[in-house]
Amino acid sequence: MLDFSADELSAIRLSLRVAFWAMLGSLPFGVAVAMVLARSQFWGKSLIDGIVHLPLVMPPVVTGYLLLLLFGRQGPLGRFLDENFGIVFAFRWTGAALASAVMAFPLLVRAIRLSIEAVDRRLEEAAGTLGAGRVFVFLLVTLPLIAPGIVAGMVLAFARSLGEFGATITFVSNIPGVTRTLPSAIYALTQVPGGDSGALRLTLVSIVLSLIALIAADLLARGMARRLAGD
Amino acid sequence: MLEVDLEHRLGAFALDVHFRSGPGLTALFGRSGAGKTSVVNAIAGLLSPERARIAVDGAVLVDTERAIAVPAHRRRVGYVFQEARLFPHLTVRQNLLFGRWFAQRAPAAVPFDNVVELLGIAALLDRRPGRLSGGEKQRVAIGRALLANPRLLLMDEPLASLDGRRKDEILPYLETLRDQARIPIVYVSHAAAEVARLATTIVLLADGMVRAVGPVAEIMSRAGLYPLAGRFEAGAVLAVQVERHDSGYGLTELSGSFGRLTVPRLDLPVGAALRVRIRARDVILAASPPTAISTLNVLSGVIEAIVPIAEAALEVQLRLGDDHLLAHVTRRSGDALGLAPGRPVFALVKTVAIDRHSLGGRSHALDPDDELDS
Repeated sequence: MLDFSADELSAIRLSLRVAFWAMLGSLPFGVAVAMVLARSQFWGKSLIDGIVHLPLVMPPVVTGYLLLLLFGRQGPLGRFLDENFGIVFAFRWTGAALASAVMAFPLLVRAIRLSIEAVDRRLEEAAGTLGAGRVFVFLLVTLPLIAPGIVAGMVLAFARSLGEFGATITFVSNIPGVTRTLPSAIYALTQVPGGDSGALRLTLVSIVLSLIALIAADLLARGMARRLAGD
Repeated sequence: MLEVDLEHRLGAFALDVHFRSGPGLTALFGRSGAGKTSVVNAIAGLLSPERARIAVDGAVLVDTERAIAVPAHRRRVGYVFQEARLFPHLTVRQNLLFGRWFAQRAPAAVPFDNVVELLGIAALLDRRPGRLSGGEKQRVAIGRALLANPRLLLMDEPLASLDGRRKDEILPYLETLRDQARIPIVYVSHAAAEVARLATTIVLLADGMVRAVGPVAEIMSRAGLYPLAGRFEAGAVLAVQVERHDSGYGLTELSGSFGRLTVPRLDLPVGAALRVRIRARDVILAASPPTAISTLNVLSGVIEAIVPIAEAALEVQLRLGDDHLLAHVTRRSGDALGLAPGRPVFALVKTVAIDRHSLGGRSHALDPDDELDS
């Protein structure tokens, strides 16, 4: 059961790598957007909020297609990044990570935003009277207090990325060893005769990985809650 | 020296506050909603006033006319909030040192160990604030503000959220702070007992305006404060010292400019200075010297003012030597005795409130919960 084929192993490894970088790469943007949405009032805020949440409600294939239009080799952003920074997303694992990041972004922002809104701003005021400027208040008070929310958001984003399929296959296709993540591999297996047992094995792997991520998140969150409670 | 000139609108509420205060503890005293917290918030920089000039020892914090508004984190104004507002993710030690790090360039820091010892929090240093008691939290908050090396310390009802025992736990520390730390303190309170015990100067606020400023004994013994300061026990504060002990009867004689007071024996050395508070309802007035009564304390004085405080009641302010005394009498008694300003009367004192934690040497005050019948 546990002796995976080279293809299966590559799909598992690729999925983990894609999910990891999708989570990490979107984190700074997620914190920044959550801060803006939680703390500022400006004209057009609802629109920003809507755009952030769009991937949650749009068909994933639409998101994937939009990414292809924007970040494909001929897309405006894709060409700019390729020519200036040598960064290519189209039909690479990086593209899978981008697609996963976009799809998971609403979950990440939501979790962080909720924790920012729960921060007692009077603590930030107190830090100000103790001599801390805005940057230090954020780094020394706000950030540690929202850490549980950030971790929760990261784990949600990681788990969501592990399961990303529609946008990924539309944007970067399903190339074995390059963009064939776990869901793509399972999909491919279900399309060929005799692939059922392989699909089932990878399905079990998916379930185990997701469970591990969720349990780890729970343990981390509890540990942090205990710290804040004074133990 | 603290200079505050402040005008600000908060909805329908207008704040128009002007006062100067010197070293020691300045109490901003008044009922809830009088604007006390807004004043300290403006001093701390948490509120941007419409028109203001605020300066501490000549350093201007706000001057709207010259468009000066030092940001809160550069004011070096310590703030102890009503709820301690400790950082839950940091240990007590890290909380205490939080401001220290930003105050490195400032001169004459208070030594960490001294503050920890002064506030009795050495045993708490490695704990997190979550499980500390209310009194412990408030002591840590005071230490945290002190260690940020402030030039002024603001305290916004630091005892309001604590029960009686916790209050007693903190009050001695506040007295020590006032007498030893050499940092001027602005202390917001609506509790007369706290103010009488701690204040050097009182700034009485009502409806957003300053109604009286002066030394604690003078303001507390002024008649007619009640409608301005809200529901509190009117009572005069007297500065006294221990004159002698009468071991045979277990009594102590206290002396002041008004004469002498006899109270049950105090565990204080002869010569010790303290403050006592005599509540207006514990004073009986007599038109002629009373004889054959059980009360030991009969003081003679002259009526300075009479203020009606209720339909049937009068508040009478007496002058006794350099001191003042307040008495509550019914309007009928007032008429029967012919009470009027300038008339000499005798005051019979039923109860003298004395702080049980008095340790001698320093100036101590009373606590109406700890009173001794005399």
